[in-house]
Amino acid sequence: MATFSAWLCRKGADTLAWIDQRFPLTANWKAHMSEYYAPKNFNFWYYFGSLALLILVMQIITGIFLTMHYKPDAAQAFASVEYIMRDVPWGSIIRYMHSTGASLFFVVIYLHMFRGLLYGSYRKPRELLWVVGMLIYLCLMAEAFFGYLLPWGQMSYWGAQVIVNLFAAVPWIGPDLSVWIRGDYVVSDATLNRFFAFHVIAVPLVLLGLVAAHLLALHEVGSNNPDGIEIKKKKDPQTGIPLDGIAMHPYYVVKDLFGVIVFLMVFSAIVFFAPEMGGYFLEHNNFLPADPLKTPPHIAPVWYFTPFYSILRAVPPLFDSQFPGVIAMGAATLIFFALPWLDRGKVKSIRYRGGIYKTALALFVVSFLVLGYLGTAPTNVWGQFGGWLGHAERATVVARIFTVIYFAFFILMPWYTKIDKTKPEPERVTS
Amino acid sequence: MADSQLNRGKRRFLIAATGVASGVAGVAVAVPFAMSMLPSARARAAGAPVEVDISKLEPGMMVTEEWRGQPIWIVRRTQEMIASLPDLDKEVADPKSSVKQQPDYAKNEARSIKPEYLVLVGICTHLGCSPTQKLAPGSEGMGEGWKGGFFCPCHGSKFDLAGRVYKGVPAPVNLKVPPHTYLSDTRLLIGQDSTGA
Repeated sequence: MATFSAWLCRKGADTLAWIDQRFPLTANWKAHMSEYYAPKNFNFWYYFGSLALLILVMQIITGIFLTMHYKPDAAQAFASVEYIMRDVPWGSIIRYMHSTGASLFFVVIYLHMFRGLLYGSYRKPRELLWVVGMLIYLCLMAEAFFGYLLPWGQMSYWGAQVIVNLFAAVPWIGPDLSVWIRGDYVVSDATLNRFFAFHVIAVPLVLLGLVAAHLLALHEVGSNNPDGIEIKKKKDPQTGIPLDGIAMHPYYVVKDLFGVIVFLMVFSAIVFFAPEMGGYFLEHNNFLPADPLKTPPHIAPVWYFTPFYSILRAVPPLFDSQFPGVIAMGAATLIFFALPWLDRGKVKSIRYRGGIYKTALALFVVSFLVLGYLGTAPTNVWGQFGGWLGHAERATVVARIFTVIYFAFFILMPWYTKIDKTKPEPERVTS
Repeated sequence: MADSQLNRGKRRFLIAATGVASGVAGVAVAVPFAMSMLPSARARAAGAPVEVDISKLEPGMMVTEEWRGQPIWIVRRTQEMIASLPDLDKEVADPKSSVKQQPDYAKNEARSIKPEYLVLVGICTHLGCSPTQKLAPGSEGMGEGWKGGFFCPCHGSKFDLAGRVYKGVPAPVNLKVPPHTYLSDTRLLIGQDSTGA
């Protein structure tokens, strides 16, 4: 028996050597796993990158199986989704995994981005890492938007109608542009068919490429950490390994696996017990087939778009055009790209920042959440102010205030991060 | 190759020429793909004008027809409704229909060819929702002094009985009047101008 296992080991080593001469397998394993040194002080906030990767894989797999039964045809789409839900064996579980995965993807990505804000992970030398990450986020929004039309429910239809009409607000070319996007004068079969193509092949391909670029950029510059200092500055003189670094494999692989298990528990609980999440993950109106002649009484996008939708609604029309609102909504997403160049703070991590940045970040989070909530509700949700304020809608006024705070976080950043009183960073990472 | 034999000017020219030629070819190849996303012949045919019989429409009532997949509202206004329009001139954003949201032949107080019949595209000019009818004065939920019109449930835009947008609502301009023409007193053609008819 001993000789057999020795033989097996030898054969394995021979095979690996054979492969390594032809493909850099061991070299890549070392570069990205067993000899990729990440700071040893990662905390809770560092689970979400690997979880995002997990969800991406789950979305691709569940998506492939959904396409086996789904029909991208305006006359059949709604019924084919109901067919998946009722007749396809285990179809409802696969669809709920896909729909829950979509929402949790955004939960995880928002937490991942918030981690960047906490610890200054977008700062030099990680500007491109952040930019690629933002491109991934934009792709993800496109992917979610295209996918949401596919069930061809009322909310799918009217949500797409509202979003495509945003392009119609572009001066001069707007109306033609929106016809070109739809392939028809209204959202129709042509629109559904092309959104299907974008959702199942075009955007996922771009997404995978960007994720690869994100990882390559990360492994080039190395991970940031909760102290926001560079572990590469203090290396062991003999080995050249950062003193505060530990290998990705096995240490962080094991840590991430723990995160995966906890995440899958939450994920399964939602899939099994609350896949609609009270109308937040799957909106009630979307269980009605699309009807081009009847608008639902209240149109709201799925929760992950609602902060931006609130901003769109909050901006009043100017010069007889709703274009400013569209610009504001676009700017609210695109302004994240500028973050590495807006932040002038002497330190990266919130641990060593002063009160001003902490207050600004807190206000930003509150405005994001309040705008997010208001985007799910009709504008008259809180009634109107009295006559002394011209009967303005309370929710609209609040949305405007928080829209200003949202943008102030970015626009004033070069100023307030500069004057903020920071604490000295430590030489080595703390626990 | 020795440097003396290297003709840098020629090399730069060849690189530039290749770049320009392949750039032109690239744009040319993109044309069929971009054009394939335009409405197909079938979609364009489906967008042809539609004929509507309005002989059975009672005063104060409305019918919804479909043209290019858009709801087209035809409202037969009562004399009181028509008479109430000038009272609202101060409350609507564009009382004189100065923004081109209607063919020239409908640029008048009633925004129609015949004051009695109002023809509108039933899609909110804000973000393309379809407003609900609140035709009767004092309709439910519209507050006091409502003179009748339309209310968009998506974002709260309000329009009067000529499709004119109220001040202080999200929609920037009046509801659109589609091109239309009368084939006879009771037959209406939606989607084609009266010019030349």
